[in-house]
Amino acid sequence: MNPNKATKTESPSSLEPPTGFWLFLYRANKGVRTSTPYLMFFGIALWLVTYYLFNEGWKLPLFNKIPGPVEVITEWISRDPIFGMSLFTEAYHTNIYVSCQRILIAFSIATSVGVPLGLFMGWSKTFRDYTFPILETLRPIPILAWVPLAIIMFSGFETPIIFLATLASLFVTTLNTLLGVDSIDESYFRAAGCLGSKPRHVFWHVVLPGAMPFIFTGLQISVGVAWFSLVAAEMISGDFGLGYMIMDSYMQNKYVTMVMAMITLGFVGWLTSAMVRFAGDRMMQWRVRALALEGR
Amino acid sequence: MQAATATKGAISIRNVTKIYDPEGVNVMAVDDCSLEIAPGEVCMIVGPSGCGKTTLLNAIAGFHSITSGEIYLDGEMLCGPDKPIADQGADRMVVFQNGALFPWKTLLENVAYGPIVQGIMGKKEARDKAQDILAEAGLADFSMKFPGEVSSGMSRRAEIVRALINDPKVLLLDEPYRAMDALTKSIMHESLLEVYDRTKVTIFFITHDLEEAIFLGDRVVVMTTRPAKTKKIVNVAIKRPRDYTVLSSEEFRLLVAEAKGAVHEEAIKAFEAGERELA
Repeated sequence: MNPNKATKTESPSSLEPPTGFWLFLYRANKGVRTSTPYLMFFGIALWLVTYYLFNEGWKLPLFNKIPGPVEVITEWISRDPIFGMSLFTEAYHTNIYVSCQRILIAFSIATSVGVPLGLFMGWSKTFRDYTFPILETLRPIPILAWVPLAIIMFSGFETPIIFLATLASLFVTTLNTLLGVDSIDESYFRAAGCLGSKPRHVFWHVVLPGAMPFIFTGLQISVGVAWFSLVAAEMISGDFGLGYMIMDSYMQNKYVTMVMAMITLGFVGWLTSAMVRFAGDRMMQWRVRALALEGR
Repeated sequence: MQAATATKGAISIRNVTKIYDPEGVNVMAVDDCSLEIAPGEVCMIVGPSGCGKTTLLNAIAGFHSITSGEIYLDGEMLCGPDKPIADQGADRMVVFQNGALFPWKTLLENVAYGPIVQGIMGKKEARDKAQDILAEAGLADFSMKFPGEVSSGMSRRAEIVRALINDPKVLLLDEPYRAMDALTKSIMHESLLEVYDRTKVTIFFITHDLEEAIFLGDRVVVMTTRPAKTKKIVNVAIKRPRDYTVLSSEEFRLLVAEAKGAVHEEAIKAFEAGERELA
């Protein structure tokens, strides 16, 4: 093999490292050359085939009430769905839209309260001594245990559902942010002190960026927890949304729609968590670049 | 390239004692330690692990309190009987054992940080100055990189630049080159000597490495095992500016041998006591 040719294809512009969109293309190009995307497709295919075999193929008794993949997919892409919901019906879109909107509201509230709360708890010993016991007492209460209280406190469908999702998400975000501040090496605080920082400088230049990796790990978990509690709340009291769609179709024996809603939920959940990861990478270029040098 | 002689940065450590009580048991880290460091002196502190060298540095920098005694900087008391812990300030810059450049800031932002937060310079001015002084240290092309993207040698050099931009009276270095290979280390030594010859800043340098101590220092202070006291002071009369050829001279070898004798004895005591380092 000609070594010259190899280096040429490797980096066409080795002088200027690619940035922005070109960096994205470069990474995408590199990604396609690894085994990752192929293994991903293979994994999904394997799962679908197994599902098919258990269900529509061998007709195992455990699966005989559950719709098979062919049935679900056919319904999903049908313009005239038997059970009233598919990619082409408005009701399906409304359910997705309503759930996403609730997640957006809950996640935004939880993040804008939880991150500052966690940062202050980590930063100020006094504030932490006041608030930590409350957090630790409320946090272990399962979100389902809050359902009656939420229904009593708030009227309508919307507010209790958002309240529950926010609450679940808030605990995770706060705790992770707090741990993030704890994780910051003492020498950064000392260096900041040496360099003549005032407390506000320490907060903005050490506490916040230092906790950032933990904050984003927390936000990824928090968005997952938000989905979990949202769906639980929608199943109990709701008028729209993916959780409602699952429960409603179950009640009406529309199992095909139920499975459809479940898979949709998985997909949308994965998407939101990817968006959080993306935002994290954008805000922590220092970390992305250092990890890239380690080959990750 | 001899710069003006130093007039600032005299450290006076007088009868300093430090007692920790981590688990209800008093541990004496430093016992009645006195040391005078002249302005512009490079004072190397050598001693076994956990002997209390870092405790002394932390007391000067204002990270930890002292139990008794006094420390003065240019005649002003940093800490003493009524003030057990010194204020932290940009007149005493610390370079840390494991490096403490902020990983979330580029080298340029790191260097410009001090003057900006102290309100000495505007953002633009500080960045321009930072770029210039990074360039002087041979880091011009790396100023936009994050510390995680450059070698440990470069980030350590940038850390010294970050300290020097504040025009400190004293540079406090706590085993800054500990984790480096011998080749990198020798480059770091020469660059520190070059910085010293230019600025004549007082240097308080903790190390385990005797060759390093003799090569860089004006005086090498050998400490006893915990509690730390000064055991022996080796005066290094090798003329400056120094370069690596010093390392193969007879004078150098004799000085190393002299210091080694004193350190070895303490190292054995420390090893037998099996003590770990206190923060």
